[in-house]
Amino acid sequence: MRGARMRKAGLRAAALLTAGSLALAGCASDDSDSDSSGSGSSGGGDGDVKIGLAYDTGGRGDKSFNDSAYAGASAAAESLGAELQDLSPNADASNRADLLTQLADDGFNPIIAVGFAYADALAEVAPQYPDVSFAIVDSAVDGTGLDNATGLLFAAEQGSFLGGVAAALKTETDHIGFVGGVDVPLIQTFQAGYEQGARAVNPDIVIDVQYISPAGDFSGFNAPEKATDIAGAMYANGADIVYHAAGGSGQGVFEAAAAAGGLAIGVDSDQYETVGDAALQQVILTSVLKRVDVAVQSFIEDFESGDVEGGTDIVNDLSTEGMELSTSGGFIDDIQAQIDDYRQQIIDGDIEVSSTP
Amino acid sequence: MTVVRRIGTALIAPLIAIVIAVVISAGVMLILGVDPLEALSVMFDFGDDPVQQITSMVTVLNRAVPLFLAGIAVAIAFRAGLFNIGVEGQYRLATVVAAGIGAMVTLPAPLHVVLVMVVAMTVGGIWAGIVAVLKVTRGVSEVISSIMLNTIALGLASFLLTGPFLGSEPGASIIRTETLPESAWMPSLDGLLGGLGLELPRRPLYGFLVIAVVIGVVAWVVLQRTRFGFDLRASGLNASAASASGVDAKRMVLKTMLISGAVAGLIGLPDLLGRNHNYNTDFTSGLGFLGIAVALLGRNSPIGIAVAALFYAFLDRASAPLQAADIPSTVVQIMQGTILLAVVVANELARRLARRRAEQANRQGDGAPPVIDPGAATAQPAGVGGPAPATATTDGGGTP
Repeated sequence: MRGARMRKAGLRAAALLTAGSLALAGCASDDSDSDSSGSGSSGGGDGDVKIGLAYDTGGRGDKSFNDSAYAGASAAAESLGAELQDLSPNADASNRADLLTQLADDGFNPIIAVGFAYADALAEVAPQYPDVSFAIVDSAVDGTGLDNATGLLFAAEQGSFLGGVAAALKTETDHIGFVGGVDVPLIQTFQAGYEQGARAVNPDIVIDVQYISPAGDFSGFNAPEKATDIAGAMYANGADIVYHAAGGSGQGVFEAAAAAGGLAIGVDSDQYETVGDAALQQVILTSVLKRVDVAVQSFIEDFESGDVEGGTDIVNDLSTEGMELSTSGGFIDDIQAQIDDYRQQIIDGDIEVSSTP
Repeated sequence: MTVVRRIGTALIAPLIAIVIAVVISAGVMLILGVDPLEALSVMFDFGDDPVQQITSMVTVLNRAVPLFLAGIAVAIAFRAGLFNIGVEGQYRLATVVAAGIGAMVTLPAPLHVVLVMVVAMTVGGIWAGIVAVLKVTRGVSEVISSIMLNTIALGLASFLLTGPFLGSEPGASIIRTETLPESAWMPSLDGLLGGLGLELPRRPLYGFLVIAVVIGVVAWVVLQRTRFGFDLRASGLNASAASASGVDAKRMVLKTMLISGAVAGLIGLPDLLGRNHNYNTDFTSGLGFLGIAVALLGRNSPIGIAVAALFYAFLDRASAPLQAADIPSTVVQIMQGTILLAVVVANELARRLARRRAEQANRQGDGAPPVIDPGAATAQPAGVGGPAPATATTDGGGTP
């Protein structure tokens, strides 16, 4: 009987809610039939650039990919005197399209989506705002028919090749490892380049490869404790240098390296600088820099000077300094000449690095 | 008089919960340097023009539909005293199989959608059925086995996605199944919105909303108005009393898990049939776990779960505009967490209050015995941290 009361109360609440939302919808259609119906987007801009940045899973503060994009965008914002707004997705990243819509509705232009996972959201939102320029990091737009979007691509296999060279030259056990965040083609390009680089130096080198999560489960980019377990097992198994392409999980690889007395190679940004722990700095041999910052900054500057075409892709590789090897800490100074030699061969096309393992 | 008291008892728990949650959330926001009133006004600001407002509302509804289904799936098991943590694995596996099989067959439009739904419910039911069989035959705790089966389900789903059901080009960044033919797409409710004289939203309003409402109504009727539902709730409230009165406990476990799993199988379909039209590496995950929170918040009743799902979806939507207003979106998670905690605490407080009153009434010796009303009780399995299952209240009160 009390149950019936509660049910009635619940019904009443639901009715109230429905009524409320109807009322709200009513106001919605009341107040402005006149103007603002279409895209209220590019309003507010009197030539001033307003940069919108939408992050991938992990958001700002991942000390890697997203932070690198932020660095590039904020550098561009500073040099152009532009406004910068960045948004992070919710925990399950189900609101990517909403982030892009929010930025477009608030009049931001250009809008940069950080990460290939935005591809579907971009395909949905970009056509709704034809006057806004979008860019997406790590995903090709060529062939998708989106003529107001630009793909910012990276030849990750080239940078990873140099990482493999460094690891093979520095290893004392002829045994190295690779920890991938999620077993998807994008991360496999890191693995492919790393293996080719290491084998170019030493064809007999042993390379342990493991991914934290399979395709379809993106938790691997944000699971440092699992990364610690996996890398720890590799060190225990005889590997002395482990390269990670695992986003926020990389921290766990560094901790495993410190615990095992091994070395690790960072990814995306200069992790020697971003790791924020003196003990962990000592294990970071180098980082394979994917200069998302360079790519984002130059895209924004191109946009400002009206050079953005849309519907095309820009590939950043060793020749454009979109991929690099960091030298912080000075751990690879002694092998720099050999690394430069390989770099030049790749740029000249003498070495072709495959992007699949 | 007694009516007032009864309504008071019913409302006291949610009221305590809201007060506790508001106070804690506001306190945390103040510590973070956020003005709670400003945060609140941003949450309720659905946009400036009609298109933005309707889009925001559709965003909330679209998010609420899978949350509601997840809540119902969890709640059905809860009511029978079973804790189905495996909803996550059940819906992920069901969705990938439904997407894979749906893309392989050719059928006329309504039948195709029905087939996808039937496949999803079957797979979800079977996966949950494993849990039930293990419990019934080997006494394996459903908590343990369903958690472990989650991991297996995710691995299996990944295998199916990258193997038999692979539909994307090799080397594509997002791996996906073959896209469903249009006959398997669920039509959106945008036409309905247009009919109401509203602007068209920037996202389609999921047609699955209708299915979710039907599921909710059916769940309510079955739980509250059928012999089976009574047996199910009785098993949840007091398993030994239920079997003493003739309920076959093992069959009940099996049936409950099959139904819970079948509903869980539907969770991924709003997105699959309404928007993505394929299962991919980026398919929304974690809905099964959110379903537990939604079911707790909704006190395991379909209406409560609907309100809870809408509420969660409403808070979720606020995450983008909050950031745009330079308020950390963690405010949303803080509120979701504190409210859930507050509801659990408040339920317990209300239960104790009711019991004390019942004891007082007994001591006065006016002959009104405490009556256990299964309909009002929120059945939760012991050891989950929820309040005890039964709520004792005096029926009729002490006044002659």
